[in-house]
Amino acid sequence: MSGGARVVLRGMRLAYGPVLAAEVDLEVSPGEIVVLLGPSGCGKSTILRALAGLSRPVGGTAEIDGRPVTDAGTSCAMVFQEDALLPWRTARANVEYALKLRGVRRADRRAEAEEWLAQVGLAGFGGHLPGALSGGMRQRVQLARTLACRPRVMLMDEPFGALDTQTRAEMQRLLISVWRQHRTTILFVTHDVDEALLLADRIVLLTPRPAQVERIVQIAAPRRPGAQFEPEFARLRYEILASLSDAAVVPGEEVATP
Amino acid sequence: MTTTSTSTVPATDRPPAGAGPARRARPALPRPRPARIAAVLLGAVPLAVLVLLWHLLTVNQVVLWLRFDKIPGPAEVVASFASRLSSGAYYADLLASLRRILLGFGIAAVAGVTIGTLIGRSSAARALLRPVIEVFRPIPAIALVPMAILLFPTGEQGIVFITFFAAFFPVAVSTIHAMHALPKVWEEAARTMGAGRLSVLVHVVLPGAMPGIFSGLSVAMGVAWICVISAEMISGQFGIGYATWQAYGLLDYAGVLVGMLSIGVLGWGTAWLVERVGRRVTRWLPRSAR
Repeated sequence: MSGGARVVLRGMRLAYGPVLAAEVDLEVSPGEIVVLLGPSGCGKSTILRALAGLSRPVGGTAEIDGRPVTDAGTSCAMVFQEDALLPWRTARANVEYALKLRGVRRADRRAEAEEWLAQVGLAGFGGHLPGALSGGMRQRVQLARTLACRPRVMLMDEPFGALDTQTRAEMQRLLISVWRQHRTTILFVTHDVDEALLLADRIVLLTPRPAQVERIVQIAAPRRPGAQFEPEFARLRYEILASLSDAAVVPGEEVATP
Repeated sequence: MTTTSTSTVPATDRPPAGAGPARRARPALPRPRPARIAAVLLGAVPLAVLVLLWHLLTVNQVVLWLRFDKIPGPAEVVASFASRLSSGAYYADLLASLRRILLGFGIAAVAGVTIGTLIGRSSAARALLRPVIEVFRPIPAIALVPMAILLFPTGEQGIVFITFFAAFFPVAVSTIHAMHALPKVWEEAARTMGAGRLSVLVHVVLPGAMPGIFSGLSVAMGVAWICVISAEMISGQFGIGYATWQAYGLLDYAGVLVGMLSIGVLGWGTAWLVERVGRRVTRWLPRSAR
């Protein structure tokens, strides 16, 4: 396995037309899980899209292992929130498409696709069309498809946002176990503080538009089982929520207490 | 799949009932036989009533504002049809029309999808081609008959051209719309996996646009029939439209009705074919959207 890549953003500025959407300095170590957390609409997703090569920065640089991100499909693959699977392809065929794009020989694709599906707990479901799978299973297929690209950086844009609480918790555990095997670098966008605390090595708190790094929270013992039942977790959670709602204060506007 | 706690797939994460891991999801179960027979019978009743009404109106030569005194009855039409069936000319006419339809429609389908895709995908192509399309689109194909007679060396080519012209626009326009309606995330996902323009086109855009393209194709098939028949009536020397018009000229009204019914059956057949292929290609759509 290729392991993770180092991601360095230096003064990367992103804009929607004339409006500045984000300006970010950030360094992510190989194999690290960094969660971007911020008020909704602050431009978190825009940052991921720039790293994926789907939108072009207007200033600064974004580098992956020292190479600038110039176009999509270099070494980053993205897991989207919505249904990004191709609905006319079965689960297996969706993974096979990723393998084809990676240059895997046709004869080897089927077996390898089944392996990836098995890794996300979908052995035996390869023949189903996405429409016949539940939301959680579709996100598993998306994860398998993304892993099949053998990315060195995985960009995850609120991938579990549309799932119910229990499925979401399962997906978080699955993601951690898959990450333990492959050690890819993960940049994960969410607006769920608990999700951030459960997954991250570091949590990057962003300001409202334009998104800037407000604060970086280092998690002392990341992903320790049962951590969410400890007082430290509650303290951090409170602290993060407080600084998020501080950041959301716009002059002349009342802030509702959470 | 087991339902015990050792199952690899958690209980909350299961496909809708009936979808086992080994089977592919079927969109619908075939309806039980008695229900299908009942449906066919139900559809046959109004048709039978219409035929009976037709018979009564023509046999009694009813003139009640509408004049049925010169209209041939079902019996005459059946007799005329039987005599037509035993003549080679009838089949030659059918084949001629069918050939024109398939040529005109086929060329329109290929050209419409190609040009629609170009316009839908490239802003340069859109700037270049959109005005041309908008200028020609409102012209009814049948208004082109005089030009087609002047332009093409043979009447045959003229008729095929008119059929093509009529069928082209529904296909092109629905392809353009289908391109614009594609969820952006499909293409973006493919691009982040390393897909180039061609791969995105072949594996994402075209399959995703198929439902829209096929609705354009079935409209185009209907329009193509209208135009091939009209063109044959005006400028043809054979073909089912020509034969129908010819029969009218010869006061063979039963022959006119045989022609009409033949056109109806052919049109039905080709529409069924387009729908059949379309269903196969868009089997992945949820049932509500099909």
